[in-house]
Amino acid sequence: MWLSPEEWQAVALSARVALCATLVCLPTGIAVAYLLARRRFPGKFLLDALVQMPMVLPPVVPGYLLLLLLGTQGPIGGWLKTHFGIVIAFTWQGAALASATMAFPLMVQPVRLALRMIDGRLEQAASTLGAPPWRVFLTVTLPLATPGIIAGAVLCFTRSLGEFGATMAFVGNIPGVTRTLPLAIYSYTHVPGGDAAAMRLATLSIVLALLALIVSHLISRRAERLLGYRSHAEP
Amino acid sequence: MLNLDLTIWRGSFQLRARADIGAGVTGIFGPSGCGKSTLLALIAGLLRPQRGYIRFGNEALVDTAQALFVPAWRRHMGLVFQDGQLFPHLSVRGNLRYGYRALQPGERRLAFETVTQLLEINSLLERRPAQLSGGERQRVALGRALLYSPRLLLLDEPLASLDQRLKEQILPFLKRIKEETGIPMIFVSHAQAEVDYLADQVIPMTAGRLDPAVPQSG
Repeated sequence: MWLSPEEWQAVALSARVALCATLVCLPTGIAVAYLLARRRFPGKFLLDALVQMPMVLPPVVPGYLLLLLLGTQGPIGGWLKTHFGIVIAFTWQGAALASATMAFPLMVQPVRLALRMIDGRLEQAASTLGAPPWRVFLTVTLPLATPGIIAGAVLCFTRSLGEFGATMAFVGNIPGVTRTLPLAIYSYTHVPGGDAAAMRLATLSIVLALLALIVSHLISRRAERLLGYRSHAEP
Repeated sequence: MLNLDLTIWRGSFQLRARADIGAGVTGIFGPSGCGKSTLLALIAGLLRPQRGYIRFGNEALVDTAQALFVPAWRRHMGLVFQDGQLFPHLSVRGNLRYGYRALQPGERRLAFETVTQLLEINSLLERRPAQLSGGERQRVALGRALLYSPRLLLLDEPLASLDQRLKEQILPFLKRIKEETGIPMIFVSHAQAEVDYLADQVIPMTAGRLDPAVPQSG
């Protein structure tokens, strides 16, 4: 295509970071959404607030906290480095973690809503047919929550593609390592003659976002139809 | 066969029930809101009583004195809900096989085809629940519970959501199930005629009380 190698690098890196962030958020997000939607426990309000926090904080703040905790001088980061030789700060894995942190509430919210919408009597019906709780979860709860899970995953992926503040604070803006699509656009706007490149990447961002929305619309329509929420006759 | 003596409070509602229920079809008849559905949920294991016990044959299902509670999925009882509660994401076949496929072949007392023929749902197998009429949905719900080969079949107003014409279509199926499978049933309804048509013994229920020993007033 008409992108330069560096621009391609930023796009490929963003895709990888967003995919990894989504893969991390899917199981953990479903688990947390389940706890919040279905269980009562002490400290539930705190967990809820903690999950929502990245949505209301300036993104730099979670990024900075990640750096304090997971940087090589931080309590967890230092421990990981001395015992396992693992460094997260200023790596693409760190960018994925920063994106996952920021996108996590967007994964949790739709799944939580979907879980709350499920008629509990369907799960009861499954249990009177001899299904132990794990089978009820896998064969009734999870399939019925599919539209919410898809919506959450798409939001999570697109939010990760656009992650800027937390990434910048935690892993910096290293070309080829942590310079994702938004960081590349930002950088191009700061160099003379970078306008054309910034415009190309901005256009690509818009196209990707539109594509994601269309794909999610198609998938969730299909899922709703399969679940019987929408009749086959409807267009 | 089924012996129970229990009390449950739910908010301001209290249910006290005491009964010795034999094999065959037992009808529990009473007005809406008297606690019939609560009673079935207790027997099925979907609710816990605050006090009391439920025994099935020699097996204790609930005994609050010993903090014993067998969860619904271990009781092997079928429950047919008022509105069927078919799984919307599965085909009719998938619904019918839900309890059936988890059984060991030796535990299956009825063959798949026997039940689909008995309830005349052969032609519906590939449909989704959303594509069924009310009467068809209820027949599939019955079939799903039957294919689980329950030790006891609990029917919670299975005809309530159907109009008169459909009721008259389903009742003979229930009678057929009774005669051809011999599975003991507890049939709960607020319609006297349905209970009389089907039940071998009838226990009346009034607001929050089931107690055959106490003379019923009204």
